[in-house]
Amino acid sequence: MLQNALTHQQFAVTAELAPPKGWDFSHQIQVAKTLQRQVHGINVTDMQSACLKASSLGLCIALKQAGLEPILQITGRDRNRMGIVSDLLSAAAFGIDTVLCLTGDHPKVGDHPGAKPVYDLDSVGILQAVRQMEEGRDCGGSPLSGTPPTFFKGAVVTPVYEPLALQILKLRQKVDAGAQFIQTQCVFQTDQLTRLLDAMDKARITVPVMAGVLPLKSAGMARYMNEKVPGVTVPADQLQRLEEAAQEGRRTGVKGLAQRLGIQMAAELIAQIRDAGLCAGVHVMAVGAEEQVPKILALAGL
Amino acid sequence: MIITVKKPLPELLEMLGGAKKVAIVGCDSCAAACRTGGAPEIDQMAQALEDRGFQVVARVLPQECCHKLLVRKELKVLPDTGVEAVVCLACGSGVQTVADNVCLPVYPANDTSFLGQVERVGIFHEYCRMCGQCVLGRTGGICPVTRCAKGLVDGPCGGQKNGKCEVDPENDCAWIAIYERLKALGREDLLFSPAPIRDHSAQAHPKHLDLRGTKP
Ligand code: SF4
Ligand code: SF4
Repeated sequence: MLQNALTHQQFAVTAELAPPKGWDFSHQIQVAKTLQRQVHGINVTDMQSACLKASSLGLCIALKQAGLEPILQITGRDRNRMGIVSDLLSAAAFGIDTVLCLTGDHPKVGDHPGAKPVYDLDSVGILQAVRQMEEGRDCGGSPLSGTPPTFFKGAVVTPVYEPLALQILKLRQKVDAGAQFIQTQCVFQTDQLTRLLDAMDKARITVPVMAGVLPLKSAGMARYMNEKVPGVTVPADQLQRLEEAAQEGRRTGVKGLAQRLGIQMAAELIAQIRDAGLCAGVHVMAVGAEEQVPKILALAGL
Repeated sequence: MIITVKKPLPELLEMLGGAKKVAIVGCDSCAAACRTGGAPEIDQMAQALEDRGFQVVARVLPQECCHKLLVRKELKVLPDTGVEAVVCLACGSGVQTVADNVCLPVYPANDTSFLGQVERVGIFHEYCRMCGQCVLGRTGGICPVTRCAKGLVDGPCGGQKNGKCEVDPENDCAWIAIYERLKALGREDLLFSPAPIRDHSAQAHPKHLDLRGTKP
């Protein structure tokens, strides 16, 4: 589905969904169903921020069985090359055909800081392993039985990064290793995105890019992201608008003004990106507020 | 140099249990430099144990505690002392070398932490984790296996913030350092393609090396 949209040059849309820290997927499936009509795929995170959740593969299977289009996110943090290839074979068996390959946040920044980090393969290594599977071999070079699986393979890039040239070098490796689409870490204004796109043009990297968009919930969240979250910068004017909205809310007693503004700003950014034809699509990361995504997309005219 | 740090004393006392007569063995090489196993530390340990009612029956300071034949010679004094347990102020290799040579319980007084560069006296940095497959030739002489918290060999994650590592902001992002070095050397081309997938069998433990009979 995502592959279809990108090859037919439709404006592609994906949204991110985290499995629960538990085994009841009904909320996730319900949220995914409300998204179905507006997105080309649903990224299921692999213990994002290194916090323990049910597995990405598990929820992907559940979504697939509910007739939805999951994108399997797979990191190198918890599994070695054997675990990764083995999970990907199982994914293929359930008809999961789109993967996003990431290095993964370190356990030390999550809720199991004492866990052993694996990183046998990084994002590039995972992409290479997938390609090797598609050629019918595992990482050890042994043949796989039956028809080799095929995946539509993605990777990520961090546009707000200094020196950007270093991200571009790694991006080139990802594309050479088989990445067919790129989702970016979240951007908050178009110049954060165009800076990356220009650098990619110069480096002659032509893979379709989906801009990461994150609806902010409050000025506090924006400040936290600026201080703590790598590769993310919320511009000062947006921070100020969120603060003003919160003040207005306190004065008038109306709840949720800042969040409403965050949704509006995200929708505006998506519309700008689409109308200017900046890149191939958007990837909406509404951490914990996935039920707002249909509204954001509708506001953006999608 | 092998970097060691002292264990908290209560942990050692718990290991010692009911033993009363103890010998203390140090190491005059790495552990002396780390101030965990030289002559002054042996004296401090003896004092601390005597204050708690132990009898220190021998103090031994081999030149290198990880040298089996040398340690065997130095420990010849022990059997006549009535010693019940040995406290070893060396690295893990030294503790085991002592244990190889005596039929007594041997307890580590230190935790063995890393292979360190000595920046100056008393300041150490982990530069190499002995992966058995050195990649320094393509990374400008800066080790990503050790100095990148994720040990990434192809390039950075997206996680640095102001040049500091996402895992521990005390550390510089190794990949920015590598990139700057390669740029200065005019060798960014080394990062155009991925490193070969690592062969972790080079890290299968325990490793051995036998140079006897393999001389060229
Ligand atoms: S790559 Fe790093 S850890 Fe491996 S041998 Fe070289 S310096 Fe040591
Ligand atoms: S921030 Fe830099 S040093 Fe830290 S894990 Fe990422 S690439 Fe490695």
